[in-house]
Amino acid sequence: MKDYFALIFSGGKSLIVGMMITLREAFRPVVTVQYPREKLPISPNFRGHTILIRDNEKPEKHRCISCKMCERECPSNCIELAGEKREGVKGMVLITYRLDFTKCSLCGTCVEVCPTAALDFSKVYQHVGFAREDFHYDLLAMVEEEEK
Amino acid sequence: MTTIAEQGEHRYVLNMGPQHPSTHGVLRVILEMEGEYVMDPQPVLGYGHRMHEKMAESRPWPNFLPNAARMDYLSALIYNHGYVGVVERLAGIEATPRAEYIRVITSELNRLQSHLLWLGVLVLDLGAFTPIMYTFEDREKILDILEDVTGSRLTYCYMRVGGVVRDIDDKFVEGTREFIKWQRSRMPMYDKLVTGNIIFRKRIEQIGEFSPDLARRYGLTGPVLRGTGIPYDIRRAEPYSVYPEFDFEIPTETTGDCMAAYLVRVREIEQSLRILEQALDKLPDGPAMAKVPKKLKLPAGDACYAVESPRGELVYHLTGDGSDTPYRMKIRVPSFSNLSLLPELCRGMLLSDLCACMGSLDLVIPEIDR
Repeated sequence: MKDYFALIFSGGKSLIVGMMITLREAFRPVVTVQYPREKLPISPNFRGHTILIRDNEKPEKHRCISCKMCERECPSNCIELAGEKREGVKGMVLITYRLDFTKCSLCGTCVEVCPTAALDFSKVYQHVGFAREDFHYDLLAMVEEEEK
Repeated sequence: MTTIAEQGEHRYVLNMGPQHPSTHGVLRVILEMEGEYVMDPQPVLGYGHRMHEKMAESRPWPNFLPNAARMDYLSALIYNHGYVGVVERLAGIEATPRAEYIRVITSELNRLQSHLLWLGVLVLDLGAFTPIMYTFEDREKILDILEDVTGSRLTYCYMRVGGVVRDIDDKFVEGTREFIKWQRSRMPMYDKLVTGNIIFRKRIEQIGEFSPDLARRYGLTGPVLRGTGIPYDIRRAEPYSVYPEFDFEIPTETTGDCMAAYLVRVREIEQSLRILEQALDKLPDGPAMAKVPKKLKLPAGDACYAVESPRGELVYHLTGDGSDTPYRMKIRVPSFSNLSLLPELCRGMLLSDLCACMGSLDLVIPEIDR
């Protein structure tokens, strides 16, 4: 009988202790971010999907030389690129660069192996689509669109 | 095992999972019940099987790097560490001292993050909603710190053979020091709110008790084993990386129940903070990446590398045959052994206690199925 009341007493005590903590927390600054309406800044080192970056010296061009290193090294086989030889242009010219983002595991191997540092990570983290094909990104079109 | 028909009509079968919130993944447990009592729980595995070991054997070894993080999403960096460790050991490469320190720092942050999530989720399983909000606030700080250096928040692919991808900067060091201070100030609050709560204690004290002998027989590792009084931790028993240079304790309890596993993990948080502090103080200068041959071939032979994941002992066993593709890769995951105890541990237990038991084992199902 004595134990029973002791238990009720200690239970009530721990309840009050817990309530005090939650009460104190209630007056602390709010940490929740109301996501779609407000957004936190993204770290500059965040790794989104890969993008072709433009040359610093010749800003009208990307640096890809179609060597296909990234395509060969990719663990998920999600890169597909093609280049062609053109009259009067030194080296290969990139004609398509497709990234299948549904398969990409963001390991960063392609960025590491690129001999001309033509690839970088984007800061995009919101990917929405209704079909699988919506995530087959055309990186060449992206970098060309950026130029305009 | 006798069938239900033979045991009378009071018995029935309850299917827990594969989509059950307290199994934390796609684990299915077939429960043979008698009223509220579990008579025979049988876990069914394989819903999340992705052939990780086979994948390692069918492609060049660098292509397995992102896979390591997908096995145990809560301790991805520690899985990274184990994989690069085994390749380094087989190929005879040494990472730079600075890289080893960075690996330890990020691994310990990852361990803290995993323990904080477990703390919140265990209490959530038992019906208390508030603590998970507080643990997630702390956990979010770790994720921000790690995101800044690794580039991702959960499935990191940060470590490479010979070092790490990106060197840490002053911002990372400052952020981690700030976090250590913050986490220390939070622990008394958890002590009062969770450990001191009488309902919580009643739910996990003397629940799921087992002896050190049983733990040994089932190959249990990690905080569950240390809860029975065996101070077995890979960081001490078979030191890897730069762990021998740090001064930390291996917390143990003697009761072997859910409360013991709980207390061990909570005390481990403090030990991880101590390791972090020492590692940040001792952090050497130098490159974060060693010189590694561009096309590294795995020599013939095999190597083993064990690391301490938040759930127990993780062992990578790699066999090379002179090509760049491993001949065989075997991964020993802690949760698999820890789960195998479940049928013996939970026989004759109340259904609600089974949830507490599974929570204290801290199972990560993708790691079991892998």
